[in-house]
Amino acid sequence: MTDSILLETAERLFGDTITPQVLAAAEHGDFPRAAWDALAEAGLHLGLLPEEAGGFGVAPADALALLRVAGRHALPLPLAETMLASWLLAAAGIAMPEGPLTVTAAPGLVLSRDGAKWHLAGTAMGVAWGGDAAGVVVLAEVDGAPHVALVPGGYTIAEHRNIAREPRNTLVFDTVPDAAAPSPHSALDLRAAGAATRALMIAGALERITAMTTQYALDRTQFGRPIGRFQAVQHSLATLAAQTAAALAAGDIAAEAVGEGVDLLAIAAAKSRAAEAAGVGAGLAHQIHGAIGFTYEHSLHYFTKRLHAWRDEYGGEPEWNERLGRHLAAAGADALWPTLTAI
Amino acid sequence: MSALTFPPPPVSLEAEALRAEVRAFLATELADFPAERRMESWSGFDAAFSRKLGQRGWIGLTFPTEYGGHGRTALERYVVIEELLAAGAPVVGHWIADRQSGPSILRFGSEAQKRFFIPRIVAGECFFCIGMSEPNSGSDLASVRTRATKVEGGWHINGTKLWTSQAHLSHYMILFCRSSGTPEDRQNGTSQFLVDLKTTKGLSIRPVNALTGEHHFNEIVFQDAFVPDEALLGEEGQGWHQVTSELAYERSGPERFLSSFILLVETLRVLGAHPSERAAIAIGRLGAHLVTLRRLSRSVAGMLQAGENPATQAALVKDLGAVLEQEIPDIARSLVAVDPPTPEIARFARVLDYTTQHAPSFSLRGGTREILRGIIARGLGLR
Repeated sequence: MTDSILLETAERLFGDTITPQVLAAAEHGDFPRAAWDALAEAGLHLGLLPEEAGGFGVAPADALALLRVAGRHALPLPLAETMLASWLLAAAGIAMPEGPLTVTAAPGLVLSRDGAKWHLAGTAMGVAWGGDAAGVVVLAEVDGAPHVALVPGGYTIAEHRNIAREPRNTLVFDTVPDAAAPSPHSALDLRAAGAATRALMIAGALERITAMTTQYALDRTQFGRPIGRFQAVQHSLATLAAQTAAALAAGDIAAEAVGEGVDLLAIAAAKSRAAEAAGVGAGLAHQIHGAIGFTYEHSLHYFTKRLHAWRDEYGGEPEWNERLGRHLAAAGADALWPTLTAI
Repeated sequence: MSALTFPPPPVSLEAEALRAEVRAFLATELADFPAERRMESWSGFDAAFSRKLGQRGWIGLTFPTEYGGHGRTALERYVVIEELLAAGAPVVGHWIADRQSGPSILRFGSEAQKRFFIPRIVAGECFFCIGMSEPNSGSDLASVRTRATKVEGGWHINGTKLWTSQAHLSHYMILFCRSSGTPEDRQNGTSQFLVDLKTTKGLSIRPVNALTGEHHFNEIVFQDAFVPDEALLGEEGQGWHQVTSELAYERSGPERFLSSFILLVETLRVLGAHPSERAAIAIGRLGAHLVTLRRLSRSVAGMLQAGENPATQAALVKDLGAVLEQEIPDIARSLVAVDPPTPEIARFARVLDYTTQHAPSFSLRGGTREILRGIIARGLGLR
């Protein structure tokens, strides 16, 4: 499958399966199983895997671009998490199980080995779709070295949701993983790869709300003409479009920064820029939509709430800006330009 | 093509090899060039430096070799100009000729005009200025009143051009004016002329000093100034079409987000290797903005190379870029206190003061913020 066919397939599939009804039901705890089954049948969640393991043989950046499409549809499924899980499992040489997966590197988890037997204990909060996933891929240190463990069950699940009412569960482990192995990826690598997924999802959601808001400004009439004819509204929409353009560039940078390793600086720049655009963009979309955009009935909130959730998940602007800023400062004033152009 | 389509910038190994060459040249050439000159960014003038760049083959990089150009890609040109800007090199002499006058002559000019102008531009010895704005035609360019009247063997020009940067240091102007009809005819009946600023009679150039007291702008008054038939660029009456085709070149380049870059460098110098958390966050944010803008701008360079006309994308780059350039002085002063002064702080303050005073122009020149947002709105289908 080529990258453009992959994206067109995803666009069509999500367009067909993710309706406002599905989004509303997901907010109230209904996992959209049919949508997942369609996604899994197309194999979209396997894009980061090598071809022999079920992937499409596309570059990681092209597979990750699926998440921009997911953002465009506010996809209420753990596509990003399953892709991250597949990336960790493949690198650790552990076979990928069926079904949706999720990931965590929560600091409270203790992975230990007694002879040939592995054991995982502790609590992980904020695990995306932790109650719906067929298994959890845990990244934890063993004797100071990162390890990946696949845990298909045997943990307790407490309900919790983010601002967009996406499941972000608390899981309590005292269990034996199915498999565990050393990982080339650290917890920081996973955080960065996760941040890359959110930058792409933000880009997609901003694309969508720019389109929705433009259409609304053309349709809504006040003072005898569409509000999009007013210069003040046009300039707000232009600003929204500019933020979206910046987020799209950030998403592309993020996608290219994940491969066998991760480029922390590129992801730092991408996540912080996308996160900033998310806040400004969500505000402008609401301003132009007026009161109707503030209702539950209108679909705008599915996107703007996710923008607010995703801008903080895997680190918001302060965290990534500080990381990038410290690097630039350490490199020094005269190396600023070469450092930026190398990102 | 949607207004928000920004294809991945083309990857060019040749361009990266060229980057190393340009960096090495600048490190030597500008070794003793102080921050107080670098801060002038692309307003800095040095005819000898422009000539040296010409000798290195770094002006007219994309111009065809049959006219003395170097036949290289837009991306290679991009690398050269962004390296020059990042170093604060004094480039304004040849800047307009390289960016838009040369490309316009190549696109619309006669064979004789190409043979005459292009080799001179490429050598870094023929500087151009832009003759668009007038006292009563700023953003509303189609309302120009300067007029060319047909006379035996050429045209008589009458009228006034204003805000003409570097006219006093330039050899030629591409004049945009009315050649038939009245200002009510708007875009119709306009033409472009290549006006020799050194020899044309009936033309006077008067400085209009900027708020800093510097002389960049000029007012140029034409009184029955005679230009020969050969000075007409392109077709009579096609001036609007020709002038608007320059704008994507004018608006999407790295000069639209690097005008304050030297201030950022000097801020980082004062902050040192271990800044406070607040400063690190602020610097990182500016770095993130620069990295993303650079990608957008290089994407537009790729579209231009592919022969597309990404007018909306160029406006998006310039709008985002000007906001960033204007934020930098404000952020710099929030991170570094200039009172009480020390020798190091005084040096920083000179760069801060210069950039603060010039910042208002960043969202005026080359299309005001309001005009750009109107163009973006049109690109979204709202107009």
